[in-house]
Amino acid sequence: MAYQAHLQVWRGDADSGELRDYTVEANEGEVVLDLLHRLQATQCPDLAVRWNCKAGKCGSCSAEVNGRPRLTCMTRMSVFAEGETITVTPMRTFPVIKDLVCDVSYNYVKAREVPSFTPPEGLEPGEYRMQQVDVQRSQEFRKCIECFLCQDTCHVIRDHEENKESFSGPRFLMRVAELEMHPLDSYEEAGGNRAEEARGEHGLGMCNITKCCTDVCPEHIQITDNSLIPLKERVADQRYDPITRFFRRKKD
Amino acid sequence: MADIERHDYDVIVIGAGGAGLRAAIEARSRGLRTAVVCKSLFGKAHTVMAEGGIAASMGNVNSRDNWQVHYRDTMRGGKFLNNWRMAELHAKEAPQRVWELETYGALFDRTPEGKISQRNFGGHEYPRLAHVGDRTGLELIRTLQQKIVSLQQEDHAEHGDYEARLRVYPECTVTELLLDEGRIAGAFAYWRENGRFLRLEAPTVVLATGGIGKSFKVTSNSWEYTGDGHALALRAGANLIDMEFVQFHPTGMVYPPSVKGILVTESVRGDGGVLRDAEGRRFMFDYVPEVFKGSYADSEQEADGWYSDPDNNRRPPELLPRDEVARAINSEVKEGRGSPHGGVYLDVASRLPAEEIARRLPSMHHQFKELADVDITAESMEVGPTCHYVMGGVEVDPDTAASGVAGLFAAGEAAGGMHGSNRLGGNSLGDLLVFGKRAGAGAAEYVAGLGARPEVSQADVEAAEQRALRPFEESGSAAAQHPYALHGELQQVMNELVGIIRRGEEMSSALDELAELKDRAGHMAVFEGNRQFNPAWHLTLDVANMLLVSECVARAALRRTESRGGHTRDDHPGMDATWRRRQLVCEHRDGAVTVTERTHPPMRRDLLELFDITELRKYFTADELGEVTAEL
Repeated sequence: MAYQAHLQVWRGDADSGELRDYTVEANEGEVVLDLLHRLQATQCPDLAVRWNCKAGKCGSCSAEVNGRPRLTCMTRMSVFAEGETITVTPMRTFPVIKDLVCDVSYNYVKAREVPSFTPPEGLEPGEYRMQQVDVQRSQEFRKCIECFLCQDTCHVIRDHEENKESFSGPRFLMRVAELEMHPLDSYEEAGGNRAEEARGEHGLGMCNITKCCTDVCPEHIQITDNSLIPLKERVADQRYDPITRFFRRKKD
Repeated sequence: MADIERHDYDVIVIGAGGAGLRAAIEARSRGLRTAVVCKSLFGKAHTVMAEGGIAASMGNVNSRDNWQVHYRDTMRGGKFLNNWRMAELHAKEAPQRVWELETYGALFDRTPEGKISQRNFGGHEYPRLAHVGDRTGLELIRTLQQKIVSLQQEDHAEHGDYEARLRVYPECTVTELLLDEGRIAGAFAYWRENGRFLRLEAPTVVLATGGIGKSFKVTSNSWEYTGDGHALALRAGANLIDMEFVQFHPTGMVYPPSVKGILVTESVRGDGGVLRDAEGRRFMFDYVPEVFKGSYADSEQEADGWYSDPDNNRRPPELLPRDEVARAINSEVKEGRGSPHGGVYLDVASRLPAEEIARRLPSMHHQFKELADVDITAESMEVGPTCHYVMGGVEVDPDTAASGVAGLFAAGEAAGGMHGSNRLGGNSLGDLLVFGKRAGAGAAEYVAGLGARPEVSQADVEAAEQRALRPFEESGSAAAQHPYALHGELQQVMNELVGIIRRGEEMSSALDELAELKDRAGHMAVFEGNRQFNPAWHLTLDVANMLLVSECVARAALRRTESRGGHTRDDHPGMDATWRRRQLVCEHRDGAVTVTERTHPPMRRDLLELFDITELRKYFTADELGEVTAEL
């Protein structure tokens, strides 16, 4: 039943900040976000937290709970012992704006750099035909709620600001894979090459498949196995196939 | 006064859910310089919460479906109070709007022939909802978001700037519409991140701000649903209609308390789930109202037969429109036949194989497992009504989405009329697309026909700024109020006194309490922090909107002395045919809300003829039909 929980919450802004201790009531069935809301309502009205749906569907309330990237709305208090101190900090990979809110604009910049779905020529709306088994692969990636926890945990950029320029992160490499696997995407017919761009523009080669992204995905998307590795295989097929490699070398 | 960030556009779309994004796509495609201003990050709008699907009579699963059948279902669902022209446009255009999404890259679930799959839903005669598992809203928002990005990529290729003609202002709140002699001239906004103000100038504004659910304690709605568009429109001089009709979705989670109100999709019932009381009895058979008796089964055997043979069996009563099911659950609980936590049981576990449930309802499976320790493939869910949707909204012209204020448009949940007294599940996503597009087109036409552009007055900007900053000045006052506490009180009042079952005296006392809250709300204060990402400050501005809109709901609800759709009165339990043609219009004049009555224009003859006269007799007065039958 109800008890007093111990929370440490990071408070501050881009310039400075600190972990502050709070004692706040926790009731049966509550999640970390409920406690943050109770803190706002009773102790620190200006505590900055992003959230929307509170049902794990919008991916707004991402933070690190005891150092682990999580949605605070899906982190039940019951997974912690009652006496335990629960530490809530903002996602480390992105610059802090205030308290638990950080500047995630990096992700929107990267999203824009992935060429969009290219509709097939000659098919009118209503004429698209695709089999369930063929759409299923991309559908898995479209479950992504853009919580950016995979980006947050990815060691390529987590403590390496300098890599952000050339690396789009698991979320957007997966987006490339999703389009690459879309049964009707005509980007290649239009002269593009998604796998090659994943390598060149989005830094696929920097990913060394440690699967940290898959581990933290609240939607349980098999990011590494189903999107990153197949994309790498596609790159390998294209680049390192002995015959095509021979011809490309001549072109290079 | 410090310099304010200033931008010029042709159209400002407020809200980045389905309606707002579709409007922006349309406006930009027609050459308008377009801004989308939204309170959350891009891609987080409440549309992501929609689960079931988009109703569109594509006829992919049952080829008998067509727009006329969809139209009839929509009008029945709304108890014939809908704006019939909107319902007609919606039924006709929804398929095209869905197909168009595929050209933006959407991936719906498929039929064996490779077409878009369609599922059953409450009140829809045939399987009609295009869907992606039970996360259709996410697919819709992501698809539109990615279409916006693709337009920005085109602009980047052409102008070297992604935002040359279409820019999204995320985490930015509009607090005031700016007018020039009664015409839209722009909007005043602030960045949530740093509290800095924005002066956006444009001759048109499209309101796509969604609903008002955060005025109620138990709701499926997110924090953004504070009636901003409704309130902005009222204060700018536009009318709101049908505000008494608030939909309580029959199935929200009831336990544990922290998740109370979170939505449990209607797809659970569409795919075979049934409602049971504490004894395990399927009680919905007791609640089929007279008007629906012909099309709903009266035995379990017939109801179960419908799933495989819909031609020779009537539909299960669990698939009645939402208002009927919500009332039924409410009375079961009231009579003491509810579940331990004040709901009823929703059972899909005994109806479908476990793997089928996990495949068709993955997010429900996940939601219950993570939040309630319930495995829905093995156990029943406990569910009860939750405030979900407002049918009422800004009065608009059906074809152009234009409100009564020149240059002001509204679409989606913020607009009224389309759904009458009760919305059918699946008709919201269709509404967003159909009328979002129409609003974008309406704004483009208005801009094309515009002579001199309206001008923003500096005095209005300063007044808006003062109003926004007032909560910082109040903190020293003796009457200072905490916004969180005040919001809690408002939710309590609306939930208890203007909730799912209403009574005249209770609503009168709600109005007294709202008046008192309104006085206190003038003293809402920011006690800590500055303008940098300060949720307490944001809430003070949202609460003011919620109070205004709540007053409209309560006043209109008190006035309507019948029960219909999302308006149920204990003291006037019957549906009254004389009320069908009467529409309640809310206006804001000199700081006060007034409600006036108006008569709906009669339904166009060819639309009326789509119905059987015996059905019309259940809803229309003899006088109204007298004229019709004489003519037919």
